[in-house]
Amino acid sequence: MAERFKLTVNGAAADIEADGNAPLVYVLRNDLGLKGARFGCGEDQCGACHVLLDGHAVPACDTPLWAAAGKHVVTVEGLGTRGRPHRLQQAFLEEQAGQCGFCLSGILIAAAALLERTPSPTEADVRSALERHLCRCGAQNRTIRAVLRAAKESA
Amino acid sequence: MSTPARSSDATETRLPGNLQANRRLSQWLRITPEGVVSLSPGKVELGQGIITALGQIAAEELDVDFARIRVIPVNTGTSPNEGVTSGSLSIQDSGTAVRHACAEARAIYLAEAAAELGVPVETLRVDDGRITAPNGRHTSYWALAEDALLDREATGSVAPKRPADYKIVGRPVPRLDLPDKILGRPRFIHDLVLPHMLHGRVVRPASRGARLVALDDAIVRAMPGVVAVVRDGSFLGVLAEREEVAVKAAQALAQRATWDERDTLPAGDALAQWLRSAPRETNVVEEHAFDVRPACTYSATYSRPFTAHAAIGLSCALAQWRGTESVAIWTHSQGVYNLRTDLAKVLGLAADGVAVTHVEGAGCYGHNPADDAALDAALLARAALGRPVRLQWTREDELAWAPYGPAMIVDLSAGLDASGNIVRWTLENYSNGHTLRPGRGSTPALLAAWHLERPFEPPVAMNPPLPGGGTERNAVPLYDFPRRIVCHRVTDMPLRTSALRALGAFANVFAIESFMDELALAAGVDPVEYRLRHLKDERGRAVIEAAARRMGWSARQKAEGRGFGIAFAKYKNLGAYCAVVAEVEAEREIRVRRLTIAADVGLAVNPDGVANQMEGGAVQAASWTLKEAVKFDRRRVTSTSWEEYPILRFSEVPAVDVEILNRPEERAVGAGEAAQGPVAGAIANAVFDALGVRVRDLPITPERIVAAMG
Ligand code: FES
Ligand code: FES
Repeated sequence: MAERFKLTVNGAAADIEADGNAPLVYVLRNDLGLKGARFGCGEDQCGACHVLLDGHAVPACDTPLWAAAGKHVVTVEGLGTRGRPHRLQQAFLEEQAGQCGFCLSGILIAAAALLERTPSPTEADVRSALERHLCRCGAQNRTIRAVLRAAKESA
Repeated sequence: MSTPARSSDATETRLPGNLQANRRLSQWLRITPEGVVSLSPGKVELGQGIITALGQIAAEELDVDFARIRVIPVNTGTSPNEGVTSGSLSIQDSGTAVRHACAEARAIYLAEAAAELGVPVETLRVDDGRITAPNGRHTSYWALAEDALLDREATGSVAPKRPADYKIVGRPVPRLDLPDKILGRPRFIHDLVLPHMLHGRVVRPASRGARLVALDDAIVRAMPGVVAVVRDGSFLGVLAEREEVAVKAAQALAQRATWDERDTLPAGDALAQWLRSAPRETNVVEEHAFDVRPACTYSATYSRPFTAHAAIGLSCALAQWRGTESVAIWTHSQGVYNLRTDLAKVLGLAADGVAVTHVEGAGCYGHNPADDAALDAALLARAALGRPVRLQWTREDELAWAPYGPAMIVDLSAGLDASGNIVRWTLENYSNGHTLRPGRGSTPALLAAWHLERPFEPPVAMNPPLPGGGTERNAVPLYDFPRRIVCHRVTDMPLRTSALRALGAFANVFAIESFMDELALAAGVDPVEYRLRHLKDERGRAVIEAAARRMGWSARQKAEGRGFGIAFAKYKNLGAYCAVVAEVEAEREIRVRRLTIAADVGLAVNPDGVANQMEGGAVQAASWTLKEAVKFDRRRVTSTSWEEYPILRFSEVPAVDVEILNRPEERAVGAGEAAQGPVAGAIANAVFDALGVRVRDLPITPERIVAAMG
């Protein structure tokens, strides 16, 4: 049954009326119009929907709205904008990392969480941080290069 | 003139590329007073970077900055009909049309400018749309912009630029679509929102041959937020105000549906027997005389399983009815006009009652369920009383109900002379047809059409005609030896098959290139040397030599559990040349460490785009080769999640090193499918090199290796 939930999304307060069991991904996409978290499986198996929840990368398809109440959610839109892209986004543009791009939002989120923890990751660190993320287009190598480039440029 | 006219009659002039079928210049481009060139190709962005490459061609011919190009979404209202975006043909067919249309538009605008400036047209210069006369007087496309100027048929009489003069084509231009995708902006069809939109989900039959016999939907109808339950025969779906409610309602409906089920699928472990014994149509592709008696003969059989598209995004479509005679569709289909044809058939509408607009989807590697989703949306939206409906598939259905790349078996035999050279070669293969796209058959090729109360007969997959072919694709090796090539299209189709990247070329090249290594071993000759011995084609030799050189083939170090393998093909025997060297490590499972690729795509319009496509294709092919197989029991597909249908992960992805052999004077051909077969062959050969075990059945899993050892 619909209830009210308060959370912070990309720094702004959000007040949502919905079923507490509604997956966060639908709330972000449909109630808040933030399409950055993509939907690929709904089963925590592909990584397309990842967002930061109090700084941790989590699958928004497998996070009920109630579990996000009172917390800080950051979606890929919250990382940067066209005028001020996040250094990861800048690096992805420079490497032209991506084919169809459907996997990228989740990957950028996971990479942002990685760089917070490990500012100078090795290639193996990047691979293991992105292990839960599937990319069917085979853009993984460029993705890895882009993450390493972002780390290097901020070092 | 680039293309000779067949006659002097303008209406019969043969125009280049897809200009032939879409002859008006205004169908292709518009120049606006605001300083923008709107380009309107009929090919769609599939994540392959095509709109960027076409934009480069347009900017080049018009002499405008690339930033001025806007690409209009493809739609059945105004876009040129360029058929389906597939088969790596876009650069060839659409690129040629865009090139000539823009060259002609430039000439028309220059003629206008010459009249206005009072100087001969040859003296004018164009720089980013600004047109300058020798005396310094100037005007611009934007000042002269007038739609009527391009509202005429192309004549084909204006020569486009010479490749030597290219300034934008041949450069690595950043992709137009990537910024939105990296910033998480709405760009995909999934992100489209229409006012008062409802969310739809479909409940697919419980198994392949299942019929819906009873449904107790009262509880579902009573769920708050559920707007309608839709049933038409065995087609079942639900509409809700909120997406999560639609998902829940569909799950509840599935539990309350009773299906009459039966066995319709062949036994999974007896695929080869089934393929050999099922009804079929036979195509003798090539038959040479075998004049030389071989000193010894060899034979082997190779196979690949049914393979899924498995895009990361789900199929999705939006539909909105206006009255009962017209419906608007938003889709990530590869061919909006073909889809319209089949939708009109199922919905009982005139073609102009269906308006189809393309919106980008997730990666597309062939005929995926985008078209099916469009029909699903249209059927559900009938119950929406004029409100738009957004319909999305589930991961489970995506893996269970999408068309598959057909399973194939390839029988090879060859005879060698006393010095080990191949003097005869026989290939015989079997598979379902490789294409079942909408808009081409007598009955619709859309999934839900076969489940309706008054169902349409499911059509059987065909093969595209030669020279491309389907089962036949790359069945003929490019090597020079006498051969007999026979291809069988199996016409019994228990699992729906259609186009998956590279079609039959994947299995054929895997088989041919594995067998070439087996023969090289028998002849005691190095695999690179053995291929070159049998290959006269200079461009083919060049990519083999380049890949071997780049990877350091002749200096390669043998180590325990490490192996190297090479493979080569010219895609379709008329597209890109591609040679691949694979380096693998074999421990508990096979790890591909590196793929070194040399490719010749003729003129590379966007070299970075070509490299990106090649890399992507190679990684996907490595995934097919090592991991992928659709699994099923006698009734249903059982590999319906990422756990049961694993693909290559970040930790498993090989490094890919691509060298593009630049051939600006050669025709540009597509890059997206050329690496698929060679990657499989190279990996299989490297596995043999590492372990001394020949795995002839894909995927090359640890179990298969153990079985091949025994
Ligand atoms: S959609 Fe959330 S993990 Fe796949
Ligand atoms: S770029 Fe298409 S799924 Fe990763």
